[in-house]
Amino acid sequence: MKEIAKKIEARFLELGVKVQTSEIETRLEQLINKFKVPPEEARRNVINYFLKQHNIPKTEFFASRETPLVRASEIIENGKWVTLRCKVVQLWDANHESLSQSGLLGDESGTVAFKKWVKANLPQVEEGKNYLFKNVATSEWQGRFSVSLNKTSEIIPITEEITVGNTPVEFSGAIVDIQSGSGLIKRCPECNRALMKGACGEHGKVEGLYDLRVKAVMDDGEKVQDILLNREVTESFTGITLDKAKEMATEALDQAVVLDMIKSKLVGRYYVVVGARLDRFILVDSIRQDTKPIEENIKRILAAATAPVAQEA
Amino acid sequence: MAENGSGFVREVAHRVFAAELKESNLQAKEGQDQYSPQYLITPTGAKCNRVFIVGTLTEKEDVGMDAEFWRGRIVDPTGAFFVSAGQYQPEAAQLLAKTTPPEFIAVVGKPTIYTTKEGNVLTSIRAESMYVVDGATRDRWVVETADLTAKRIAKLQSNEPDAVRAREHYSTNVEEYRAMVAMALESMKAQ
Repeated sequence: MKEIAKKIEARFLELGVKVQTSEIETRLEQLINKFKVPPEEARRNVINYFLKQHNIPKTEFFASRETPLVRASEIIENGKWVTLRCKVVQLWDANHESLSQSGLLGDESGTVAFKKWVKANLPQVEEGKNYLFKNVATSEWQGRFSVSLNKTSEIIPITEEITVGNTPVEFSGAIVDIQSGSGLIKRCPECNRALMKGACGEHGKVEGLYDLRVKAVMDDGEKVQDILLNREVTESFTGITLDKAKEMATEALDQAVVLDMIKSKLVGRYYVVVGARLDRFILVDSIRQDTKPIEENIKRILAAATAPVAQEA
Repeated sequence: MAENGSGFVREVAHRVFAAELKESNLQAKEGQDQYSPQYLITPTGAKCNRVFIVGTLTEKEDVGMDAEFWRGRIVDPTGAFFVSAGQYQPEAAQLLAKTTPPEFIAVVGKPTIYTTKEGNVLTSIRAESMYVVDGATRDRWVVETADLTAKRIAKLQSNEPDAVRAREHYSTNVEEYRAMVAMALESMKAQ
């Protein structure tokens, strides 16, 4: 608690305001010990109290703090203030009146979505250009992370060219489930979203375009990993081409036959996949049946299992 | 990034040998909600809400009264699993219906325990999905399960909550389970 108090005092001092440490401590003490407020919340409350007392706008207090420079793939926590060095990979339609721009930022490590609020009053960014995004806030929704640019953020164009990358990862395990929305699906011709019961979430009832994909769950007995196979990978791996899939579906008068076929080929078997990580998925570039010889494992585990009960306990 | 925001995290499918599952009878529930997941803690401390097994289907039987209800016996190097599939697991039930034993089968399912009229406690697996696989897959499963079981045994003396509960409930005989793992692996060598 002393530490929190010191930090608050130091920060106010930077703004040229002298606050009594004892006063900070008394307030913290009361909130934390007497009223059982979590320390983080208490800190916030105390800061706000003194800001009001001294008539300092909140933005001034928080803005001038330097936020750490992180990589896009390192954003794994909600509500952090960070600085990013990124290229604007894609701009999306800002589909809300309070949004001025939204899209995708990327650096060498990966990508992250961003939102820029109208209220933030920031300059527009351009697709393909590189910027330093200072003081942006991370947020999370259903496991996806994004950053939002607000009043306190800064956008500084940089001349350096950033190559957006995505380090591939490998996962081996058994496929234990294929999720719905796999197999032969239809996509909206306008936004490419998968259709549900022939309707697009955005554009309503549309004449869909056929596509083939697999959303599967892999499991190595300790971890679960969602994987996504796009059309090319699905075609080459299952041997079912999109045309073949359409034919099968027409013949059976049912799209589900394709899914059944894929399930019986994949589920319950061991695979190694390589691909880029995207949210909770691995976008699979290559998938192969796990055929690593198991004899060595047998020897290794046997040796360990039959060894006397030594190291542990 | 373990959580995915919606608060729902898919349960890992644990690898457990038949001999170990047969001895399991410690149920645990996380949270008070009626939808909180049920777990079965095994003697080596695997806390399973879901298991993945591969073995040889040796017998099957439709024990349903009105609707079909299939039960199968799936054998691994250490013993047999009982697997069931009814009207709420149509795909798995269908597969059992059309498969002629013996055949290698992979099952993903929920472990359940029930008590017979005679008072015996039995464990079985309610299949979520079930597929015919090949011998290589089965061998790989045996080795993987041996590996993971050995890892659990090594951790059994630690202070991890699942290990502690398993130890207290079963007073697990570590040697017995080491022997089981060794036996399963030896059976692979013999082939």
